[in-house]
Amino acid sequence: MSERDDPRGPGRSGKSDGLGRRDFVKLVGGAGAAISAGVLSGPALLEAQESASGKVIGPGAVKMSLRINGHPKTVTVEPRTTLLDALRDHLELTGAKKVCDRGTCGACTVIVDGKAIYSCTALAIDVSEAFGNADIRTIEGLAPENQLHAVSAAFVENDAQQCGFCTPGFVMACKAYLDGHPTPTYEQVKKALGGNLCRCGTYMGVRKAVLDAAMRMKGGRS
Amino acid sequence: MADYKWPAADKRALIGKRISRIDGPWKAAGRAKYSYDVQRPGLLQGKMVLCPYAHAKVTAIDTSDAERMPGVKAIHVMVDPAGPANEVLWAFTPVAAVAAETEEQARDAARAVKVTYEKLPHLVGDVEPARAGSRAQPLAEQTEGDPDGAFREADATAEGVYGSSVITHCCLESHGQVAEWEGDNLTVYASTQNLSGLLDGFATPLKIERSKVRVLTPVMGGGFGSKFGADVWGLACAQLAKKAGRPVKMMLERDQELATAGARPSIHARVRVAAKKDGTLVGWSSESWGTGGPQPAGNPNLPYVIRIPNKRTRHTAVLTNIGPARAWRAPNHPQLCLITMSALEDVAAQIQMDPLAMFLKNLPLTTFPAVYKAELEKAAELIGWKQKWHPRGDKTPGPIKRGLGLSIHTWGGGGHASNCNCIINPDGSVEVQLGSQDLGTGTRTVIGIVAAETLGLPLEAVKVSIGDTRYPQSGGSGGSTTVGGVSSSTRRATTAALNDLLAKVAPALGANADQLEAVGGRIQVKGDPSKGMSWKQACAKLGTTPITATGQTSRDLISSGVGGAQMAEVAVDTETGIVRMEKLVAVQDCGLVIDLKTAESQVFGACIMGVTYALYEEKIMDEQTGRPLNPDMEFYKLAGIGDIGEIVVHMMTGPGYDERGVIGLGEPPTISPGAAISNAVANAIGVRVPALPLTPDKVLAALEKKGGAA
Repeated sequence: MSERDDPRGPGRSGKSDGLGRRDFVKLVGGAGAAISAGVLSGPALLEAQESASGKVIGPGAVKMSLRINGHPKTVTVEPRTTLLDALRDHLELTGAKKVCDRGTCGACTVIVDGKAIYSCTALAIDVSEAFGNADIRTIEGLAPENQLHAVSAAFVENDAQQCGFCTPGFVMACKAYLDGHPTPTYEQVKKALGGNLCRCGTYMGVRKAVLDAAMRMKGGRS
Repeated sequence: MADYKWPAADKRALIGKRISRIDGPWKAAGRAKYSYDVQRPGLLQGKMVLCPYAHAKVTAIDTSDAERMPGVKAIHVMVDPAGPANEVLWAFTPVAAVAAETEEQARDAARAVKVTYEKLPHLVGDVEPARAGSRAQPLAEQTEGDPDGAFREADATAEGVYGSSVITHCCLESHGQVAEWEGDNLTVYASTQNLSGLLDGFATPLKIERSKVRVLTPVMGGGFGSKFGADVWGLACAQLAKKAGRPVKMMLERDQELATAGARPSIHARVRVAAKKDGTLVGWSSESWGTGGPQPAGNPNLPYVIRIPNKRTRHTAVLTNIGPARAWRAPNHPQLCLITMSALEDVAAQIQMDPLAMFLKNLPLTTFPAVYKAELEKAAELIGWKQKWHPRGDKTPGPIKRGLGLSIHTWGGGGHASNCNCIINPDGSVEVQLGSQDLGTGTRTVIGIVAAETLGLPLEAVKVSIGDTRYPQSGGSGGSTTVGGVSSSTRRATTAALNDLLAKVAPALGANADQLEAVGGRIQVKGDPSKGMSWKQACAKLGTTPITATGQTSRDLISSGVGGAQMAEVAVDTETGIVRMEKLVAVQDCGLVIDLKTAESQVFGACIMGVTYALYEEKIMDEQTGRPLNPDMEFYKLAGIGDIGEIVVHMMTGPGYDERGVIGLGEPPTISPGAAISNAVANAIGVRVPALPLTPDKVLAALEKKGGAA
């Protein structure tokens, strides 16, 4: 597990008040009793939010600005709207796919402040301008239309896709991983991409594609 | 005249080579638009109201509160409480649907619909017939030869219980569609593996003319057998769109997808096998049962592949409320393969024979003895069977036990009815059109390769147009029939178009049309390449009239019936019960391979799906509530990239295979992994783990029953 770069919720780098997936898992996993004691129940959670930011937002739709692929985009969505739904339903950025919608499969992976995250587990408002103005990168921003990023090209060449529905998530997870680990081994790749699931069975191609992409990115072809 | 028969090996420029899929860049850049991604002006979001009970009557539906919810534009009642079809047979059945401006609003409104149910008794356990009461439906006993005599005279008899649990399809793009009306005309952006078939699928129940329906599926996110129909949610989506006067998107949420969008039936069997000392199989007896939901799932044909001469079989269908069965990649074959190959490996262990030797000995009882022999020998070489195989039970010290297992399988194939249009334009551009679909198998690429090969053009020069019912009707993608259908119809259409072109340019080259060929982007005289012209120059002779030619499925270009062999190597931790995949070797024939790259991907994918159902997948039902306990991807387990070990694929191609013509490949390699892996685990730990998936609890229980590790 230590080698695995698990996609996670937005980091707590001071830019965001959001609860990261890791932190949430820790809370639930480490303190099961706390849930039944009401620590995370509705009113208490609301109170916590209020004290953190000083005001209550919503429940109706609110205008917010998201910095996506380097450009500010304005959307009007409810505070409960996930980053994934905001991208897909309101910004026509449908590269990130909705599959499990519960932070398991990685099909919705985007890169926020340099880290791969499951966009179905992040609230849009948590990464908006008012809450740290996170740098959100989607697959559409990897390369201009009609051009292929090195990672995407490696996925094509190694046939690391069949139906392709998991592919954008894999490509983004791979990109984030290689940014931090430019020379991975085959064994490391098997662990690094463990946060993404494929149903058609493209993993053999994906393993080769990640190594190939690493070579391509080193070669300055990214 | 160009001949439509497949070109000889030395004449193939593209067929059989490793070619990247032509829609790959589109998908890997995240720009391919699936049904789930379709955006239309004024698009509404649909959500369904799901029945929480596994068996119930809908007695009343009150939508009045929901109608007043913010953003709601239409509500459609899917189960009429007063109608004859008001009985719900599985949990999560949709009973009503709501369309609203946003997904959040639609979900809120669906919750506000008040439904009253009368609960009825349910059965959701994957139980033996004796525990199923009136839900058990025994089918007729079948007898061949003299099974009693065979068992009496046999040197050895092995007995065992083997089975596979119910699993689901878990398509990553859930079932669903966008429906949009323009007057009386309905356009459906459907995630389907049966594009052309959906014309009637929507037109008939909606009582509109077929010509008023258009279905679009440029890409789709997985089907595996579960996406053939318009489905109740498709029809409800069309109704919502009609009522709201706006397009509606309604895709299943993951829990509904896993609970109701299809499942592979379970099959379990109590088996006896009789053999002679030398390994000759002489008798088979099986009592099998299983469930595929409320309907019987057919009479399984046991034993699988190896026709043991004397046999007695009986199957009992258990009718349950687990959800509907749908075709799941090679319907019934993986389950029957598991039962048969496990029982045969057990009898080999009993007579202390290497199962590879026993299988080779009994190949005359199969349809393709020579093919299986070549494949088993190749697989044995690739996995190192001779070096690594040991008698049952790894005797090396320590908790980790290693083992090898094998299995063989078969599938039909053939080709569905397919129609293709080929258009050659005066500017030299070429388009082929088929009302077909690419499930991710590489169909679009295969069509392009066949067209480009026929016309002597590079792949990029051919525009492949599929995924739209405005193109000629082509069959649904099921049973590995697509590649046979589309490759032969495309070959015929493009050959016919080429012959029209050759006739047009023959005078200019001072030759007869039958002396010409299309090679390397040129039309030239056979044997005299200097007498020729470029493709573009040739097409310019068409003046202003394009060539349009059609082609249909051509039986003489395709075939049916393949064999495959697989071998698995596993390491089992006898302290934790965890099975780790080390290696899976798949050797497969499929006649003439069009694209070696995508063909191998099909086999890799089938093996990975096989590892997944062998080790992880199971639809687990709660007998109290009747609901699935794991309708999410955290607990409905799919293998990850690190869980599959190494996979080695070897395609049997070349002389002896190519001349059979094209045969489909989606189903066959999916069949054997469960059996090969189960046999490898038995070989490792010295005892059979009776049912898939081979989860740690079952491994430990089998070890305990046996009295400890090997």
